Amino acid sequence: MNWDWQVFCEDTIERQVVQGCFGKNGDITYLDWLMSAWGWTVSVSLCALVIALIVGSIIGTLRTLPDRPWTVRFGNAWVELFRNVPLLVQIFLWYHVVPAIFPVLKQVPGFLLVVLALGFFTSARIAEQLRAGIQALPRGQRYAGMALGFTTFQYYRYVLLPMAYRIIIPPLTSEAMNIFKNSSVAFAVSVAELTLFAMQAQEETSRGIEVYLAVTGLYMISAFVINRIMAFIEKKSRIPGFITAGGSGGH
Amino acid sequence: MKKHLLAFAVAAVAAGSAFAQAGDTLAKIKSSGSITLGVRESSGLGYTLGNGKYVGFHTEMSERIADDLQKQLGLAKLEVKYQPLTSQNRVPLVQNGTVDLECGSTTNNQARQKDAAFAFTTYVEEIRIAVKANSGITGIKDLNGKTIVTTTGTTSVQTLRKNKRADGLTFKEVMGKDHADSFLMLESGRADAFIMDGSILAANISKSKVPADFKIVGEVLSVEPIACMMRKDDAAFKKAVDDSIVRQIKDGSLAKLYDKWFMQPIPPNNVKVGLPLSAATKEAWEHPNDKPMEAYEVK
Repeated sequence: MNWDWQVFCEDTIERQVVQGCFGKNGDITYLDWLMSAWGWTVSVSLCALVIALIVGSIIGTLRTLPDRPWTVRFGNAWVELFRNVPLLVQIFLWYHVVPAIFPVLKQVPGFLLVVLALGFFTSARIAEQLRAGIQALPRGQRYAGMALGFTTFQYYRYVLLPMAYRIIIPPLTSEAMNIFKNSSVAFAVSVAELTLFAMQAQEETSRGIEVYLAVTGLYMISAFVINRIMAFIEKKSRIPGFITAGGSGGH
Repeated sequence: MKKHLLAFAVAAVAAGSAFAQAGDTLAKIKSSGSITLGVRESSGLGYTLGNGKYVGFHTEMSERIADDLQKQLGLAKLEVKYQPLTSQNRVPLVQNGTVDLECGSTTNNQARQKDAAFAFTTYVEEIRIAVKANSGITGIKDLNGKTIVTTTGTTSVQTLRKNKRADGLTFKEVMGKDHADSFLMLESGRADAFIMDGSILAANISKSKVPADFKIVGEVLSVEPIACMMRKDDAAFKKAVDDSIVRQIKDGSLAKLYDKWFMQPIPPNNVKVGLPLSAATKEAWEHPNDKPMEAYEVK
């Protein structure tokens, strides 16, 4: 195998190797392009993660409310809608079908649509995890909150959710990492992210192996950074004696 | 690599000759009694009808090359195997011997010539602009400030980039995931123009709901020689393939094949592509050559 890592230092118009590997005066090299693609991947992922956490928390909570059958049904419908349709199909629905029904959405950039699609898709999964987390708590916790005279909002805010979130941090870490990997579907609506870069750059340079290795490395770094951040949060939010530390196994 | 060595061993024994080499495709074909053709599943020059059937201008041409090879090698029977390829895997699969001859829609350029060899150019692709018939766009100058779509993983993106810089235009560039997706963006108004190979544009327009709503306009943005690809450093095999191509050009069968796939109704929908033989392709047939894209000047 003869490697040709110089390919990243070439400019994207004449394919000449540029001094210092970064383009000047508006010209861009493949390295510039790779970095910008990484930026798009990270932006799509983080924006979608914020939406997924907010919407997922709301829907997950709604699904556990007592004596609110219609709210619970709405939550169920949301989860089933967004987790039963493949992600790539959802992206196309947002991009091609929904704007055909509401023409005003034609002006919305692909970036926003993909963030919404990825965010809602993941929100269904987070909602399900949060519901499981809340339902895993002993029933007595809810009653204790009520006995203190808390309103429903208050006992969720001060009693149930702080415990439930701690329980679900490990699966939440997986979701946060998945969002980085799933963000690759954004290429389908022409967001210039890593997958699109890989497909295009390998075609232009014929150095597919180098391009795919670089892109793989960046996906791994991104997912691993989020993994470390979540691990840090898990460690900091741990309550001694309540939830056993990860890795110590069952007692 | 093991397969190679095996082919080599079999070839050496069968031919009883010490001259057979590992890179000798003709010997491999002769000893195995089969040739593997690299084909495309959805391209302007070759596509599938499903159920393992591959058709198209370049696919049929490569079958005729196989016929000529069979005659040359004096084989009673030559089994033709088909291996579908994509833009991403075509070069490695030719290099590692999975495919003996790739006749799809591969542009012959200098970068690829480092990895593989090309037969004589059999089709010259022109990069063109497709727009909605009522858009009033007549050429690249009208594209200033417009949204332009091309397909990810094609050389048209580079063409667009070069034009952007040469003409000082500012336009928004979007990329479809495949040609069908790009065409949908033009159709649904997400893009004002679709820049792509002329044959692909013509094929997509012919297959659309209302073909009269679209037209191909303006200048030729770039010219790309399309040729069959094979392993490097195998002069005997390249000569055999080139000879077959010259034979097909001389006796007019290549022209007939072109007429069949571009001017007549073709399966599966029995719609005409309607793309007459371009002057550039005619020129390439009159003077058979394997010059890369870089040797072509845009007129």
